[in-house]
Amino acid sequence: MSERKLSYQMAFNEAVRQAMDADDDVFAAGEDIGAFGGVFGTYAGLQATFGADRVVDTPISEQAIIGLGIGAAVSGLRPIVDLMFMDFVCVALDQIVNQAAKLKYMFGGTATLPLTITTAGGAGLSAAAQHSQSLEALLCHIPGLKVIYPSNPYDMKGLMTACIREDNPTVMVKHKRLLGMTGMVPEENYELPLGVARTARTGRDVTVVSYGRMLNESLVAAEQLAGEGIDCEVIDLRTLLPLDTETVVNSVRRTSRAVVVHEAVRFCGLGAEIAAQIQEEAFDYLDAPVARVGAPFSPVPFSPALEQHYVPDAVSIAEGIRGVLARPLAGAARSQ
Amino acid sequence: MELTRDVQMDLHRRMVRIRLFEEAAGRLAEAAKLPGFLHLYVGEEAVASGVCAALNDDDQITSTHRGHGHLVAKGGDFNRMMAELMGKSTGYCKGKGGSMHISDLELGMLGANGIVGAGSPIAVGAAFADKYRKRGQVAVAFFGDGATNIGAFHEAANMACALHLPIVFACENNEYGEFTARSKTMAITDIVDRAAGYGMPGVIVDGMDVLAVHEAAVEAVARARRGEGPSLIEAKTYRYYNHHGVQNLGLKYRPDAEVEQWKQRDPIFTFEERLIEAGTSTADEIEQVWAALRDDIAVAIQFAEDSPLPHVDQLLVDVYTQRTH
Repeated sequence: MSERKLSYQMAFNEAVRQAMDADDDVFAAGEDIGAFGGVFGTYAGLQATFGADRVVDTPISEQAIIGLGIGAAVSGLRPIVDLMFMDFVCVALDQIVNQAAKLKYMFGGTATLPLTITTAGGAGLSAAAQHSQSLEALLCHIPGLKVIYPSNPYDMKGLMTACIREDNPTVMVKHKRLLGMTGMVPEENYELPLGVARTARTGRDVTVVSYGRMLNESLVAAEQLAGEGIDCEVIDLRTLLPLDTETVVNSVRRTSRAVVVHEAVRFCGLGAEIAAQIQEEAFDYLDAPVARVGAPFSPVPFSPALEQHYVPDAVSIAEGIRGVLARPLAGAARSQ
Repeated sequence: MELTRDVQMDLHRRMVRIRLFEEAAGRLAEAAKLPGFLHLYVGEEAVASGVCAALNDDDQITSTHRGHGHLVAKGGDFNRMMAELMGKSTGYCKGKGGSMHISDLELGMLGANGIVGAGSPIAVGAAFADKYRKRGQVAVAFFGDGATNIGAFHEAANMACALHLPIVFACENNEYGEFTARSKTMAITDIVDRAAGYGMPGVIVDGMDVLAVHEAAVEAVARARRGEGPSLIEAKTYRYYNHHGVQNLGLKYRPDAEVEQWKQRDPIFTFEERLIEAGTSTADEIEQVWAALRDDIAVAIQFAEDSPLPHVDQLLVDVYTQRTH
């Protein structure tokens, strides 16, 4: 396979391009994705190649954009529909939650929805409270959906390819601050399985579970902690729904400690579910309560002076990891 | 528009099928044999029948919470419909959808829908697929007057016009959005006024006159098929029963006299008078239509009652499509 450096953004773009090349049933629709190429450039050049009938500029109508995808998907096409910012998921929630996620089940299995919803999540651009959210937990609560959140260009291309080929509604979340991240990406088309996590770093002392941009921050924190003699295992979930609980639990059974890291608000975030699953599946292996690192319980602030304290970073993640390691073993505590 | 005897008798038959199915469902609900909500289509038969008779089998429709009539008019099977209403495993949705989600994708019926207005964006997607594949199919979105007050409808209507899609917006204006009179929830009288705001033609038809509905539908569907874009039909109609359930008179939000007035213009009986008067049919032939369909209903009820309930092992089946490719 020939590899070359490609950005996260262009890895996404290449997955769409190759899927459209391979399958005439694949089309894309969304706000500003055609002539303009998408506000984040993720659809750049696709309309020039495939034409305005296959890369469709839509009105600013998030409900109708998702509805367009649903109706086309049940009619046998393989739509990719874009919601410019993840915050706009809220504008389209009925079509996503009450329609796309449920049609198959409600119709007794007769409907198939090969629908990919793409969107851009995450903070760090001073985009303030309506353009910075991480709402993945909201989507993970809905049976019928699949939720994907890549942390690097290689995964982006393979997971986006899998989303497009998937016969269920998927939500592919791109992190805005990873768009320019580069990495080695094969030119050939390839697919990474949905629902399978990746061990991004092996370690003995603690399992750090993360995804998206925070996965990279967690890796930075792990490097720092290595200098302090703390050996972190870092797991990249890659797919949030369905969740690869097995990989997480197997790791925790070896390390006996776990920290879940995400950019979303900590309360009722995905970390709560993962912590619950760890204690259900590996309670007897734990030497400390599962810790969570996430955003505090407030909207995302505008000013960089505030936002930098809102979004977790390698420093706050390292602090969270030290916290679970500082706790004495339960047995040791009892013997004192 | 001159219609052949076959077409006229087909329109009549579709309406009688709906009436008989709905009246039977109402009786079963009264006897507590149907779980859940029941939104009856009785009184509005001319709309679904007139529109669906203008469609081919592979044209797709989206429906509403009051959706049985649309499925029957598209050719729905009584047995599987009745079984679904009873929550049986032999139903259209294997007992997982019920009245509000009844569907038959093979007949192009993309589902009744429990969310008011939510079908229109999905119909836009179906119409997009029709245009994309250039196979000459069209989509029809059925919705009520109340649905035109929700954002999803406006988004769908605008997008359909902006993308010039082969779609017909078929509004069943029955003068009530659930339990509130239309006049209290919008400042216009005619839904059709909204069509111009999206840049599509609109027409008002008497929704109690199946020939008028059919004529408008044939024209709108032909226009869509020719690639000339969306249009809107507003059919002025009425539901005899309550928003849900089987009560028809003594309701707090509408006068009984109004119900009686609309029933004088019953879409089936007035059409039958015209058929006989024009010599297109006879009272005997019409009675035979009713009798044969009553038998079909009896068979369907028996089929549904004899059918098994879904087994608990089906609870988690079909949440996701399992991959085969």
